[in-house]
Amino acid sequence: MSELRELYQEVILDHNRKPRNFREIDGADRHADGYNPLCGDKLAVYVNVEGNTITDVSFLGSGCAISKASASLMTDAVTGKTLPEARALFEQFHQMVTGSDSSVDSDSLGKLAVFAGVRDYPTRVKCASLAWHTLRAACDDAHELITTE
Amino acid sequence: MPVLTFDVARVREDFPILERLIRGKPLVYLDSAATTQKPRAVLDTLARFYDHSNANIHRGVYVLSEEATAAYDQARDKVRAFFNARATREVIFTRNSTEGINLVAQSFGRQQIGPGDEILITHMEHHSNIVPWQMLCEQTHARLKVVPIDDHGELQMDEFEKMIGPKTKLVSVVHLSNSLGTINPVERIIEFAHKQGALVLIDGSQAAYHMPVDVQALDCDFYVATGHKLYGPTGIGVLYGREELLESMPPFLGGGDMIRSVTFEKTTYADLPHKFEAGTPNVAGAVGLGAALDYITGIGFDRIQPHERDLLEYGTAVLSEVPGLRLIGTAANKASVLAFVLKGAHPHDIGTIVDTEGVSIRTGHHCTQPVMDRFGVPATARASVAMYNTRAELDHLVSALHRVREMFPL
Repeated sequence: MSELRELYQEVILDHNRKPRNFREIDGADRHADGYNPLCGDKLAVYVNVEGNTITDVSFLGSGCAISKASASLMTDAVTGKTLPEARALFEQFHQMVTGSDSSVDSDSLGKLAVFAGVRDYPTRVKCASLAWHTLRAACDDAHELITTE
Repeated sequence: MPVLTFDVARVREDFPILERLIRGKPLVYLDSAATTQKPRAVLDTLARFYDHSNANIHRGVYVLSEEATAAYDQARDKVRAFFNARATREVIFTRNSTEGINLVAQSFGRQQIGPGDEILITHMEHHSNIVPWQMLCEQTHARLKVVPIDDHGELQMDEFEKMIGPKTKLVSVVHLSNSLGTINPVERIIEFAHKQGALVLIDGSQAAYHMPVDVQALDCDFYVATGHKLYGPTGIGVLYGREELLESMPPFLGGGDMIRSVTFEKTTYADLPHKFEAGTPNVAGAVGLGAALDYITGIGFDRIQPHERDLLEYGTAVLSEVPGLRLIGTAANKASVLAFVLKGAHPHDIGTIVDTEGVSIRTGHHCTQPVMDRFGVPATARASVAMYNTRAELDHLVSALHRVREMFPL
């Protein structure tokens, strides 16, 4: 059970039960749909941007605990950040969950560090990164459906 | 009636992989609907083929090639006997069921199906029995019609009988559903379709390792199966086709081995079954499949079926007691498959958590997205049993699900 607790940290279970910013932004500046064809997870990300700064971000959709909690924590993490800052955060987050760069300082990721355990479950990396891929597409104003494949 | 004994402990000894530990726990393999594990007899046959007889088949005048050709031909005859086809000319080796269906769609379909014609499938088909027909319909302007299923996952036969008509050229239906476990009344379907003048393809990917299949008794026109679910290797499958149909169909793929003579002006094709086997086939795979069929036949479906039925009934009973669990697929006539959703826990999380207890189950849409939509779920968790599973393993699954419940309380 202990190794499972590494993956399913209390913060993740909490955000799964009570996802933050789980709503649509009416008339959002930007929006993208994400889809993981492997597991059927679908989510929509809505973003309002003023100048270069993300002023509001939200999501809707269905998915596993990892993908839902990741989306929820992401919305908290990127609100108030500039677009380049959000992009950089995704880079760091991605390196942490894929374990591709062990030098990533998880302290700088704040609460997002709870996803560090995902690196031991390669099949679940896409669950953790779907919301982020979708956010990036929304910020890039891409209109096609984003998939993790 | 003699009591047929089935010694599951002895059967398990035939499958080396079942001794493995997963994350320090004994493997509980409950994903046979995705692929079955392989008995030592198959593994030894594959090794023996490559160690001892490997050569390319046909046209070799040396001993090794003769041996390899004989082994390949013998495997075809084992498949013929297993499905009770009339002749080996009716047995085409493919890569898998998917290729068999595509072969029929592109060869028979493009020749015989035209604008306004109808192809009938069901709502419980695997994507492999949906997409090839959609592609064919795009090419030929035929129409694809889908027979609905009810809340238990049973085919609505009254609808089937209404939907089939003079325009129906082909009915393509799964024998045993991979995501629901439903066994379809294929005898009735075939008889009814034939009365309406339609041909019938049966997708036997799941059925062939759970029950005896007799293509002559069924009177189907095409039957597809895949080796890796028959305790055999991956990359080898089987298409059965009625001889006169296969005879009249154009080749699917062109190349070596499927020709009689080639000039730049004109090529004539080889006789059945070679007309449909272009290029060097999966010789070792076919030989391995032959060994797998010998293994199944050696134990016998009269022993396998009661054991698997007991597992299904036991599994249904113990899973039903898990709080918040809902079985998806409760047909009266079903086999092997225990698909479910658990309130408050996503199937993917279920899959990861039970894996830490050594339990391998499949989670997702199982290549049947329309079935998921029908039941209003994004995905299911699916345990599926084969001859080597035990009641104790199903108990193990249930205790692992209690772990899930601890993590995701109701």
